[in-house]
This record gives sequence, structure tokens and C-alpha cells, in this order.
Amino acid sequence: MPDGAAPVLDVRGLKTVFRTRGGEIHAVNSVSFHLKRGEVLGVVGESGSGKSVTMMSLIGLLPSPPAEIRGGEVMLGDRDLLKIDAEELRQVRGAKVGFVFQDPMTSLNPVFTVGMQIMEPLREHMGLDKQQAEARAVELLQLVGIPDAAKRLKSYPHQFSGGMRQRVMIAIALACNPDVLIADEPTTALDVTIQAQILELVKELRQKLGMAIIWITHDLGVIATVADRVMVMYGGQVVEHGPVKELFAFPRHPYTRALLKTIPSITGHREARLQVIEGQPPILNATPTACPFRARCPHAMEICSRENPARRAVDAAPLGHGHDVACHWSPPALHEAAHA
Amino acid sequence: MRDTMTEPLVRVDDLKMHFPIYTGVFRRHTGDVKAVDGVSFSIQPGETLGLVGESGCGKSTVGRALLRLYEPTAGRVVIEGEDIATLDPEALRRKRPTMQMVFQDPQASLNPRMTLSAIIAEPMVEHTSLTAEERQARVFELMDAVGLNRRFANRYPHEFSGGQRQRIGIARALALNPKFIICDEPIAALDVSIQAQVVNLLEDLQDKLGLTYLFISHDLSMVRHIADRVAVMYLGRIAELSPRDALYAQPLHPYAEALLSAVNEPDPNRARRERIILKGDVPSPANPPKGCSFCTRCPKVFARCRVERPELAEVQPGRFVACHLYTPDAGQTGASGVPEHNQQGASS
Repeated sequence: MPDGAAPVLDVRGLKTVFRTRGGEIHAVNSVSFHLKRGEVLGVVGESGSGKSVTMMSLIGLLPSPPAEIRGGEVMLGDRDLLKIDAEELRQVRGAKVGFVFQDPMTSLNPVFTVGMQIMEPLREHMGLDKQQAEARAVELLQLVGIPDAAKRLKSYPHQFSGGMRQRVMIAIALACNPDVLIADEPTTALDVTIQAQILELVKELRQKLGMAIIWITHDLGVIATVADRVMVMYGGQVVEHGPVKELFAFPRHPYTRALLKTIPSITGHREARLQVIEGQPPILNATPTACPFRARCPHAMEICSRENPARRAVDAAPLGHGHDVACHWSPPALHEAAHA
Repeated sequence: MRDTMTEPLVRVDDLKMHFPIYTGVFRRHTGDVKAVDGVSFSIQPGETLGLVGESGCGKSTVGRALLRLYEPTAGRVVIEGEDIATLDPEALRRKRPTMQMVFQDPQASLNPRMTLSAIIAEPMVEHTSLTAEERQARVFELMDAVGLNRRFANRYPHEFSGGQRQRIGIARALALNPKFIICDEPIAALDVSIQAQVVNLLEDLQDKLGLTYLFISHDLSMVRHIADRVAVMYLGRIAELSPRDALYAQPLHPYAEALLSAVNEPDPNRARRERIILKGDVPSPANPPKGCSFCTRCPKVFARCRVERPELAEVQPGRFVACHLYTPDAGQTGASGVPEHNQQGASS
């Protein structure tokens, strides 16, 4: 850690495997990252890149079987979440780590009022009585910008719009003042104007409450707006990681570089033709012994199919240190990379 | 822009699509969801019109009503000189080959029990008198055109990835040599790297076959890439219809402005435009506000907006906007608003 502050969450060498009838799927391969207080870590990747599975593995949300965590450690403070028992883990979830899912409709229970669902973790984890919990629930709804909060406690999820439901989900996740908030594609199901509202809200809440946030998305635009650091995942592993400005300006991994080029810009130069990444994502049916991106990589070399590259630090990162990449190839000099 | 003298391939006049609401024991007709409420536009041959808006604004309903997958409540849809909205069933059936649709969800729009080759050949069975061999030859031709390997002809939809399934949907839409294709969120369900593949394919096919597209999407940056002109819809009506570059450089309607400002540019190092955060949610189309439908969330709202509904009018050459900021004052209210507004239109 460059500035010496101890991380809230430190994940090292996490490995998750799914056992299916068709064989094993190695969904997460030696993923390591850390998170400091008040920081937003953006996690980008395509579907199947392992970004959601990684986060679900952290707090034991994956059903086992078929999922099996094969290795690594997840340090939350001084506790390894992979070593504690189910009861202790249950205490961690909700109290220390909050989770916001993509679809606010399916993650709220339709037969309970919103108030009951916000009060549940408060009574469960913080031992508040009914009145205290209710007062806190009103406070939370106000915090996430739901007007007329006291009255809305008695409403059911279907009486809220999509954006409002996502605000409720955030309120529930925040209920016990978690150290870490994991947001898995929280704005993907929302319209852009509502998405803008939620992004503003999260930025504001982070400032107010100082928690660390992991923001999973496939939308690089959202990452550019909210994240401090970015972790790019491909084929179940981290291929590149760095401070957001550095990574967008000087991407090192061929996948990151290609990904940034496939997205048309809304204000910049309009390309006559979109860049594409040819081919399909890899099938993760074995422990990787080669670079997962090699089949689609324009710079693939002989070594790429022999050896899975380890993450190595990028030296001379002009826009902030802490940039690392898992690739055998080195891009040309920086001034060229900036224009590529 | 294209030659304005040429006859448009598609002309939509005051299209309305209302879905009735029935309530109570006697199923009385108590209201309408005005999904599309008076939409007009035209599309030139070979042009791509982008239709953008948030969910529930009626953009997909426009697409479906255009092909008469819904029976429009009112209005005219003229495609190649024939009014689709009033054709009798047999004439409509003969018209179908000229207009096709690519759907959002390639999983749901392909029959899981049919092979790829049967799926692509089905429109030809319905609409042509080709023999089985001729059809098979055409299927292979189409598979080549959309970049599907011929070896896959006897596979089933579940064996393909999302991007490949979308290619199957496109091949099926092309089977009858259509002139006009409605693409209803064709890339929304795909990963970023696959989206670009599908969009490039659509563009290549347009160049090769001279297709005309109505590209319905909520992805404003992709629409900027593919469309020639863009219509922005809000609550069943068009707020602004402008040539692409003009719209993205300077949106005129306050909603278009807010919508564009809400898009996250994937570049943290670039100075972004002022972000306009709209308050609240989209009102229900069953009970739209009086006056301008955007008046409940508009940051530039004034008295007239809550009373009178603005009509879509040409405020600059080729640019149509439905907003009182741009319409000459009808009389009594806020005469000061007009000059101030012209200024805004010309400068900034």
C-alpha cells in the first residue's frame, strides 16, 4: 500500500471452482486485491469474467455445491472470512459488508413492506428494538433521498419505481454502517437519467459515511465516473489494475486497450467504424496454464500459450502509482500509447 | 444530409398507440395508457434513424406499431406509398417481406426447437415459392453474409452465444430481401466487445444491400455511431428530432440535453459537459401531466408549459423540437421567454 493505510479488505489468491456434470469451471483464478477506507474500486469485465463470482465468494454467498472455494484468504480487518464458521459469517454479512444487486425488483421480497426489510438487519445485527429500528429506517430512507420517508416505510416494493427500489436496496445495505459496500451492477437495470441520480447519491454517501465501495459493472463510462481505482477482469483473473485516470489514459493490457476502443464516444471523435475484439471469451474448464486472452490478442506471442502471465507492476506510471498488468507483452513507448 | 427531394421510404403521421385499461368487475374501460401519442417522422431510403429514450417512453411500441404488430389507434404509417395502418390482412401479408424486425433478446425470439437453418428458412417458406434446395442455398448465403459458419446450420439456438444468436436473428430478418429493418435494441443484451461486432455487421449490410434502419436504443453513444438522424422520445412523444451531429453537439430540447449529459463518458481525463441531474421519475403514461409531458421534471419549466402542450416544430433547418422555449408565443403568457430563447438556440 503506497500510503501506508491498512486496507479494510485484503483478498489474496482467491480461487473459486464450480463443479458441474460437464466438469469443473474455474471461474475465479488467483484473484488478489485490496480496498482502503473511503475508496471506490471499480471492477470491469464481460459476463463470465468472474467479477460477480469473486465478490460472492468473499462473503460466502455462493451455494456449495456446486461452488467450491479452493484457496486464498479474504482478510476483513484481522479476520479471514474464508475460515470463520457460518454463524460468524452471517454476522459479517449485513453488519460489516453490505451488498447491492443488479435487479432491485428480484432482490426485494414482494410480500413484506419496505420498512420491514430495512428494519430486519437493524434488529438482527444491531439489536435495536422496534421503535429504534423504525426511527433508523426513516433516517436511512431520508439519507438515500426518498421523500416522505415515514409514510413510505409501509409501502411494498411494487409501489416503488426502479430507481426508488434501488435506493431502498442501498438503504438496506447501509443499514448497519458497513465497512465495505459491494455493488454488483447496481445501475445496469436503470435508465440513464435515473442512473445519474444513483451515481450522485453513492458519491455523496461515500463522502458522508466514508465506507469503501466495490463497484462491479461492465460499463466503462460508469467506472470513469465513480471509481478511484479500476480492476479489469478477464477469464476469471485480474488482467490489469490501476488508478482510474492512469488506466484509462495509459492502458497496458491488450484486452483493456481493445475494450476502451470498442466503445463509441458521446462527445469525442466519431469513428467511421467501431473497433472489435474478434472471437469469444474463453471456456474456463481447467486451471489456466496460458494467458486466457491469447486467442483474441493481437499481440499474442509464443510464450503466451506456455505461461499464464503473473501481475507485474508497471514502472513509470505517469498518472499515479499502483498500476499493474498481467501480460507478457509491453506496449510501445508511452507517448505512443497515449494516442493508440 | 440526403437529398430532401427524394420520397421518404417510411413516413409516419401522427401515430397513436393507446392501450385501454379495464377495471372493476364489469371490466369497464376507465382509461388509456398512451404509449405513443402523436408521433410523426420520415426516413429516407438508405438512412438510419435512431430512436432513443428511456424505458417506458414508447420507443419499442413505435417500432411494433410501424410493422403493425400492434393495431395503431390512429395515424398513418406509409411505407413505399402504402398505408400500413389500414391495409387489409392479405395485402399486409404481401407487404411483410419489405419490412422486418431484429429483436432485443435473441434468446427469446428464436424457437429453441428449430435448427438454425429452419429458423432462417422459415420466412421463405411463408412468403416465397422457393424449392427446398433453393432455400438451403439462400440460407447458406445469408449465413455467410452475417458471418456464421456454414457448419452450424443444423445446430439449435442454445448452442450459440448471445452475439451469434443475434446474427441468426439478423439473417432471418434479411431472408426476404427487405428494404426496411427495425432494430429494436439489438445490442442491449450483448457484452461490450460483442456489441461492436453486431453494429459493424449492421452497417456493412446497410452499405451492401442499401437497407434503411430504424434503430431503437437507449444507448446514446452507440446511436451516435450508427444513426444519421436521431429522434428523442419522452412519454410517448418526440421531444426532439435532429441530425446526429447537431443533436450531440448541442441538444435543443431540455430533455435531450439532460439525457445526453447523463451519459457517462468512458474517459475520466476528459472534461465532461455540465451534468444535469433530473429530479424524480417519468410520470405514468396512463396519466401524463397536463401541458408539456416533461414539465414535471424540466429544469427550464415556465408557466405556459403546464397549460399548453408544445407541438413538434422546425426551429432550425432540419431540427424539430417540441418545446415552448422555441415556439413563438401564442399570446398572453411570458413574452420575455422568446427572445431569450432564440439567443440560446443561436449561441452556446
